[in-house]
Amino acid sequence: MPTVAPLDLAGHVAGVAYLGDVPFFAESAGLIHRLDHGHKTVEAHDGLLACVRDEATDTLLTGGEDGKVLRIGIDGSVTQIAHVPRKWISQIAAGPQGAVAYAHGKTAHVKLADGTEKDFTEERTVEGIAFAPKGLRIAVARYNGVSLHWVAMAAAPVDLEWKGAHTGVSFSPDGRFVVTMMQENALHGWKMDSKPGSETRHMRMTGYPAKIKSISWSAKGKWLASSGAPAAIVWPFQAKDGPMGKAPLELGTRGNMMVTQVACHPTDDIAAIGYADGMILAVRFADAKEVLLRRPGKGAISAMAWNRSGKQLAFGSEAGDCGVIDITA
Amino acid sequence: MTETASAPAIKPIPVTVLTGYLGAGKTTLLNRILSDSHGKKYAVIVNEFGEIGIDNDLIVESDEEIYEMNNGCVCCTVRGDLIRVVEGLMRRPGRFDGIIVETTGLADPVPVAQTFFMDDDVRAKTELDAVVALVDAKHLPLRLKDSREAEDQIAFADVILLNKTDLVTPEELAKIEATVRAINPSARIHRTERSNVDLNKVLNQGAFNLERALENEPHFLDHDHHEHDHTCGPDCGHDHHDHGHDHAHEHHDHGHDHGHDHGHDHHHHDHAPSPIHDVTVQSVSLRGGEMNPDRFFPWIQKITQTDGPNILRLKGIIAFQGDEERYVVQGVHMIIEGDHQRPWKDGEKRESRLVFIGRELDREKLERTFNACAAEAKPN
Repeated sequence: MPTVAPLDLAGHVAGVAYLGDVPFFAESAGLIHRLDHGHKTVEAHDGLLACVRDEATDTLLTGGEDGKVLRIGIDGSVTQIAHVPRKWISQIAAGPQGAVAYAHGKTAHVKLADGTEKDFTEERTVEGIAFAPKGLRIAVARYNGVSLHWVAMAAAPVDLEWKGAHTGVSFSPDGRFVVTMMQENALHGWKMDSKPGSETRHMRMTGYPAKIKSISWSAKGKWLASSGAPAAIVWPFQAKDGPMGKAPLELGTRGNMMVTQVACHPTDDIAAIGYADGMILAVRFADAKEVLLRRPGKGAISAMAWNRSGKQLAFGSEAGDCGVIDITA
Repeated sequence: MTETASAPAIKPIPVTVLTGYLGAGKTTLLNRILSDSHGKKYAVIVNEFGEIGIDNDLIVESDEEIYEMNNGCVCCTVRGDLIRVVEGLMRRPGRFDGIIVETTGLADPVPVAQTFFMDDDVRAKTELDAVVALVDAKHLPLRLKDSREAEDQIAFADVILLNKTDLVTPEELAKIEATVRAINPSARIHRTERSNVDLNKVLNQGAFNLERALENEPHFLDHDHHEHDHTCGPDCGHDHHDHGHDHAHEHHDHGHDHGHDHGHDHHHHDHAPSPIHDVTVQSVSLRGGEMNPDRFFPWIQKITQTDGPNILRLKGIIAFQGDEERYVVQGVHMIIEGDHQRPWKDGEKRESRLVFIGRELDREKLERTFNACAAEAKPN
């Protein structure tokens, strides 16, 4: 049985991440905790809504109810990137070389490391942002689809249309696919490497009993794991056309408990699966073999992250009971 | 709907929706709610910060964002911005006792209400308490002429504040109230000046709660008792006690002084027509004895499926044959919910009552098909 080092916080945890080998826990109240030779805390926001790790600089990016966009360093240092008074910053994304994208209302803002800023205004509210893995390009999820914008060029955006509300967006690590989470219980995907002028290839990934709040690409983007069912639903993306015409894996199935978070292992085809009762399983894709990582706790798992070596998993819950799991022990 | 268990349940937070045309007094009411020392804290979702003069940490601005659901149903709309903001607020529910949603003057109240039924996350954590409509007594006739929204807001409300009563004569006021009552026979109406109302009549109403909705309204649908000239609403009993003034007789004279008695069939379920034309919303009240559940449920399903787009609200109490408990039902467009409420009391007449508020309702068809669900009716 892997060992769990618990960390009990007061309330809902919006994000967890490793900077170096230090686990960070971002509480929705606005405090950011880290376990770095003891429990350390910084007061970042008056209400924290979003927290992502910036791989390029190994920092955290956070957005809050206070309208602030902040960068948190491994030492807990706080740098303000933007402040939009009285707006909620609930969408934030990290790009290449310190580029940051965030949104409020119908506008997505991109700020580059050199201070250059660029705005992209949509017809509807921006509900998700993601940077492409290559090139300075963002995908913006909005009602009825996704808009793709080149940040440094004046080119017209590419619109990926699909009727309905898209509440989050992600590129596959190889950039061949764009996938959105939808208000209805489904994922939608577009194939990006179709020949110019050819028909857009859509992927409808449906059949979920609940809304999908969490998706995670496996190593090299071979699989996409998702929440929204009483099992992790894992779609195959190895083939040229992705999961089209294929059935997904259903891993860690529990009869009566919803999966709320998924996090794929950084190197192996394994996913950590977090449930509404706080339980966490690790499941291998090849044979669906399960390992219990954590017994049920006080609240639904709301965030998980592996460290770079894939030997540790940090997690947080809606009730604040967090911890670090060492799977080598 | 999934049966799957979720995280430990928390008590749902009540949500009050304030509707009303620009200038009807919503902001005044909101400022009163936020400043009155009732010991409760509210998170407020507004379209624009505007003139909220009260310091409140929890005022959230959101752009009204209508989602059409991809199920082919035109009336299945929800408010995407509310889903997002409510989700954010409910991550830290200890901060407030309730949520108030202020809508713009032109807002359609239906997607707002449907959000609390159709989105699983919102539904799990919050509970729609009541839709409160503010009506500007002075300008209502004009509003009804030029906007369907004003009418929808009245038709959809559980509580209606007939505001700015000091700006109209008693005769005008009686006419306005008759109009409001003709649009919505089941709402509680309160007359106010400068939105000055006892907040206990606005907040914590439980109007969408099947358990409570009818407990609080002992006279629910009683207004159509065999008197076609009586359109007094369920609140009339309360107001008689609460206020000394003369609401009562004004309630009762609708339909007399406007000559609308044009030879219709004097069915007990005909509401007095509105004294102001330009009203397109109507209501149909049905009354019957004990129902056969095997006929009633398929019927109400079918009616709400086929006529759902035209039905703004429906509410009812049903007596089922062989069932010792009252069954309450309510709906918004195609969404319908029902549950047992409480045992029938000794001596209580076991009758079924149902009101539809909507447009282009086929009274004859509703009546005929409803009656066919009666326990004693012969099967088709």
